[in-house]
Amino acid sequence: MAKSTIRARARLKGDITTVKTLITHRMDSGRIKNKKTGKLIPIYFIKEVTCQHNGKTTVLAQWGPTISKNPYLSYQFTGGARGDTISISWLDNEGGKDSYSLKVK
Amino acid sequence: MQRRSFLKSTLAGSAIAVAVGAGLLQPRMVLAAAWPKSAFKAKTAQDAMSSLYGSAASMPSSEITIKAPDIAENGAVVPVAIHTTLSNVTNIGIIAEKNPLPMSANFEMAPNAKGYVSTRIKMAKTSSIIAIVVAGGKTYSARKEVKVTIGGCGG
Repeated sequence: MAKSTIRARARLKGDITTVKTLITHRMDSGRIKNKKTGKLIPIYFIKEVTCQHNGKTTVLAQWGPTISKNPYLSYQFTGGARGDTISISWLDNEGGKDSYSLKVK
Repeated sequence: MQRRSFLKSTLAGSAIAVAVGAGLLQPRMVLAAAWPKSAFKAKTAQDAMSSLYGSAASMPSSEITIKAPDIAENGAVVPVAIHTTLSNVTNIGIIAEKNPLPMSANFEMAPNAKGYVSTRIKMAKTSSIIAIVVAGGKTYSARKEVKVTIGGCGG
């Protein structure tokens, strides 16, 4: 399997778990021209990112093409414990997807 | 295949828009159901807000803070963090007012999620970032002006 497009880290401090994630994705806005061909690069972006904690969705991010290339997302939640599973998955407008799981540190 | 799924999604999207228009569905329910296509296609901040949160009106709140640079040298990458001390937050939205497509992101928050999200957005030109927070069924907002030196949405 190819290397995951998602890098993430989850850290517990006090009772708050902070999750930070970076996704590798072109996030083309559909407005930029290919310099060689002069044609517009088609729109290609992540629509949805689902962030789960032990199988329950904590944050569901719905994005437009206005999110920067290689998106960064960070959020916090309460009720996490060390060793809990965080899973992050994304879906783009072309039907591409990827997911990644990690443990809270 | 792609065309088929595109048709399907546009049909589903318009059916939802009709249902919202008729007052059959609460915006909250629609969010759980599908990616809010009409909001992300909206050309103005007002249209995006009314299609996503049911109304273009929102109460300015001092309990929302937007952390973003005053001057962004590169509009392609503008870090934005929204923090709120409001309770019962169900949604956080980020809108870049003068972008060709202003709606940038909508975050649906579970009850145990803190009122905090951080991401990076593209901005075409100097404009206000509007943070929308839906808490306890009410819509609150805050604004912050970001000066953009080089636009990041292509020309």
